[in-house]
Amino acid sequence: MAITLLVATVVVFLVLEILPGDPASFMLGMEAQEDTLSALRAQMGLDQPALVRYFKWVLGLLSGDLGISYTYDVPVSELIIERIFVSLPLAILAIVLSTVIAIPLGVIAASRHNKSSDLIIMGFSQLGIAIPNFWFAMLLTIVFAVMLRWLPAGGFAGWDAGFFPALTSLLLPTVSLALPQSAILARVTRSAVLEVIQEDYIRTARAKGVSRGSALWNHALRNAMIPVVTIMGLQFSFLLAGTIIIENVFYLPGIGRLIFQAISQRDLIVVKDLVILLSAAVIIINFIVDVLYAVIDPRLRGSGHA
Amino acid sequence: MSLLEIENLSVSLPTPKGMLELISNVSFSMEAGARLGIVGESGCGKSLTALAMMGLLPDKAAARGAIRLNGENLLELDEKMMRSIRGNRIAMIFQEPMSALNPVKTIGSQISEGLKIHLGLNKTDAENKTKKLLDSVGLPLNRFPLNLHPHQLSGGQRQRVLIAIAVACEPDILIADEPTTALDVTVQEIILELINEITENSGMGLIMISHDLGVIAQTTEKVLVMYAGNAVESGSTEDVFQHMAHPYTHGLFAAMPKSGTRNYEARQRLYSIPGQVPEAHARPKGCNFAGRCFKATAECAVEEPVLKPLNGKHKVSCFHPLTEGNPQ
Repeated sequence: MAITLLVATVVVFLVLEILPGDPASFMLGMEAQEDTLSALRAQMGLDQPALVRYFKWVLGLLSGDLGISYTYDVPVSELIIERIFVSLPLAILAIVLSTVIAIPLGVIAASRHNKSSDLIIMGFSQLGIAIPNFWFAMLLTIVFAVMLRWLPAGGFAGWDAGFFPALTSLLLPTVSLALPQSAILARVTRSAVLEVIQEDYIRTARAKGVSRGSALWNHALRNAMIPVVTIMGLQFSFLLAGTIIIENVFYLPGIGRLIFQAISQRDLIVVKDLVILLSAAVIIINFIVDVLYAVIDPRLRGSGHA
Repeated sequence: MSLLEIENLSVSLPTPKGMLELISNVSFSMEAGARLGIVGESGCGKSLTALAMMGLLPDKAAARGAIRLNGENLLELDEKMMRSIRGNRIAMIFQEPMSALNPVKTIGSQISEGLKIHLGLNKTDAENKTKKLLDSVGLPLNRFPLNLHPHQLSGGQRQRVLIAIAVACEPDILIADEPTTALDVTVQEIILELINEITENSGMGLIMISHDLGVIAQTTEKVLVMYAGNAVESGSTEDVFQHMAHPYTHGLFAAMPKSGTRNYEARQRLYSIPGQVPEAHARPKGCNFAGRCFKATAECAVEEPVLKPLNGKHKVSCFHPLTEGNPQ
């Protein structure tokens, strides 16, 4: 895991080295004098050789010092922590909602394979996959915020405003993130369950007098969870990092918006730190997924990988 | 009234070519505590007959005729009633011990499940009974705790667990569908003995399904020989084995390696019945076996023989039975 992260730091650093865009000239504007620019670069430490800057950055990361944001002039760690309290709850809510919707629907679709309820569920799932989530988000805003005025159209109340107002402002973003995810997850669940219900042990269970439904929920579902958990892991990583569009639609001060702003303002130190943070998050999620595999399937325990 | 009476059972399955009849007019009966063998090649309809008795035929299968357990036709019962019979009055052991146990559940929970469903035992009672059952199938508790998972057991041990599951509620009839086919030869013997012992001790009826005549001889009193969805010969195991009347039964015996042939010179290629079982959609008119039969005549290709008494309790469906018995 540590090696993966180290490689990530090298790649991120190199890519940002190669890409055009000088933070100093961005900060001072197009008409800045060459000597003011070089003074600023020296102040920011940008005049040092790349290797030195790389090691300073990585050592900083290791000691918890993420550097100072070029544009905000505050420690990057502060910026990130503030944003994580928006993005992480959003991602968790979205994955929970998506799972709660997707797994029962997937199982029902599988148990009614090729019957009308299966076709209806899979039809909606196809629709959910096809609809772009920003469009769906706008639709939700129009209905629930503009027309019905039940929920705020955007912005984040902040956790200081209390648990409930904060949660309310995350509700629409959660739904617009969760539905497309659940559409995919329901399909994965359905095909995994369909495969498992052909297994011999389902017949054994039925031969004991177990009902069709109980065989499905108690015997088949857990066996079908391995592919489902794999997809959930991927989706959660995506939700942490890939909410840029939804955060912009709802004007949420989350990680996605921070990356977006940092890139457009050449706040390279913030970009680098965030990318590393997200890589670390993905690695941790993959680890959790591996642990879940072992929880689900006793055959995968004690094989000592990961 | 016999415990189990199967009358003119026919089972059809949907295929791209339409409904195909895979079992045709099979009839047999069985008394309480009796031991019946069903023997035949793969695809002759043995397992399908068993699944029909369990009410576990595939969704779109159609079964006609009657399967009467104590006079009650199982084919007419709804799913809920059938559930109360499955695992309770008729139970089944399957062929593949490696895949027939749920890999993510402990053996204890898999055995006690039926006890909870049919006998309404609470957790503690079910657990105690499960321990006894494990012990009775030769898996002593000190080495085989209830929280083991199937992958921690060998094939033979898993088959023992499956036997424990099947006999948990002391069914009237235990159906064993090729219970030893997937096991090592040495283990086969032990598992057969175990099945014999358990059914005999508790007076359970046994239906042993196998392609292996040795297994049938070892475990049954009566036998039904099936070929291409038909019952072709039936009678006491001893009688059928000694005075086989159907050319197909004869072929099955001839195809069996004989033990004790020490003289290498005397060894010959094993006999094999020429040709193949006709596909269900291409079953010929008349006798299904006629195309492979050395005694077939023109009559066999025209008319379908029916199972009728040859002498006493021995029945055969053949126009040219091999034994001297007097076809009536």
